[in-house]
Amino acid sequence: MRSSRREFIKILGKGFIGSGAFLIFYDELFAVYRNSEAKGEYYGMGIYVKRCIGCGRCVDACKKENDVPEEPFFFRTWIERYTIWEDGEISVDSPNGGKNGFRPLEVENKKGILRAFFVPKLCNQCDNPPCVQVCPVGATFKTPDGVILVDKNYCIGCRYCIQACPYGARFLHPKLKVADKCTFCYHRIAKKLLPACVEVCPTKARVFGNLRSKSSPLIRFMKMNEVHVLKKDLNTEPKVYYANLDGEVR
Amino acid sequence: MLNLFNKIPDQILRLSVIFVLIIASLIGVRKLFIPKSFGKYGHYRGDALEEAKSIEIKFAGKEACSDCHSEIFYRLQNGYHKNLSCEGCHGPGKKHIDSEGEFKLEKPTSREFCLICHSYLPARPTGFPQIEPNVHHPPERCIKCHEPHNPISPPTAAGCEVCHTLIARMKTVSSHYSLECITCHSVPMKHKFDPRKERPSKPTDREFCGRCHFKMSQAPSYIPRIEKENHGRDYLCWECHYPHSPEGG
Repeated sequence: MRSSRREFIKILGKGFIGSGAFLIFYDELFAVYRNSEAKGEYYGMGIYVKRCIGCGRCVDACKKENDVPEEPFFFRTWIERYTIWEDGEISVDSPNGGKNGFRPLEVENKKGILRAFFVPKLCNQCDNPPCVQVCPVGATFKTPDGVILVDKNYCIGCRYCIQACPYGARFLHPKLKVADKCTFCYHRIAKKLLPACVEVCPTKARVFGNLRSKSSPLIRFMKMNEVHVLKKDLNTEPKVYYANLDGEVR
Repeated sequence: MLNLFNKIPDQILRLSVIFVLIIASLIGVRKLFIPKSFGKYGHYRGDALEEAKSIEIKFAGKEACSDCHSEIFYRLQNGYHKNLSCEGCHGPGKKHIDSEGEFKLEKPTSREFCLICHSYLPARPTGFPQIEPNVHHPPERCIKCHEPHNPISPPTAAGCEVCHTLIARMKTVSSHYSLECITCHSVPMKHKFDPRKERPSKPTDREFCGRCHFKMSQAPSYIPRIEKENHGRDYLCWECHYPHSPEGG
């Protein structure tokens, strides 16, 4: 098919108008897939690994504030002790989640410790949360301020989300039989208070703040430190950032 | 248009009635079972947000304590414990505030409570103040020497342990841990300046130990007792029992 120059220019013009219109409506069309509304709070947490003394006050406060069951298997936040021995072996322990503090480790064969440290853990409030994807009923969700919550009146207790969480941050509430997890103390931050664990931390190892405000303590934390997230390769985009995180932490 | 409608075969019409009914009932069931606020913000029940926000708080926050306890608050803010939250030690305080002090908070005074943070662990950060619990004045309560709202070390004793460290360390784990050195030794002032010339006194007879350890003694009953007449009568007590050592008894 041969066409004249006039026809060619006509087709070109239509193409321009069409693609222009597409670009104008692009935002509307695909807004669902992106976080286009960058307004309001968007919460995150920073953790100075080097400041944690393993006292477990955060675990204790979390349990008291959120009525987390007292049995030693249910935690919304917990502390892990990493011990790297001189022979290269790594041991991780967390007696009762660290709620009652830690005791010295029993050392076999008098081997020396290369280094040891505490790592506070909690729900990473992923920006791309695997737990929300798998929920069959829409009972767990990401709020407009970026916190992952569980609707306990809507959850059917199928445990899919507990399986899906790569951080082991969820558990099945033994009484309510619904999934339960850290909420960043949603009822507290709604009242402009700090989450209970941040409130009681004696060494200010935890920093809470708004990721969208330049003046928030969290942004300052991220400016001044080299931060890492846990299991970055899973593309879950966690919003809990660790400063001075050791490479051995999983 | 009517023509077109007439052309549709009878069986198709009947089937479509059933289809319409099924679809209508599906829509009805959906309406009935899906909560009103579902989809308000996303694929979830919008009311759940409000429910999550409406939970009562239990920790009131440090600022709330300063309203009434301003004096302690001032001391806390100017000491080494300034980063501590009141409620970290005393427990959640909202109830205490709401009841205007009627509901009392915890006052942890035990040695174990302080040791949660301050006992030595290799995993704690370098420089964080820690003690070895077996050596550091067991089993004394920490608050006897350290004020928790402004913890400073008591002035280093220009006392006996500066020179007699080994004896002092050993004594802290012995049964005699609570006794001051001067209970048994009288120390002349000049001993500090010229220790070899002016010597402190030592007990000289069985009667001295007997003030606590003889049967007829007035001392508290948990202290072990001996019969004066038939327990090692020809010896002095410290020939068998070294009073500073834990195995002394």
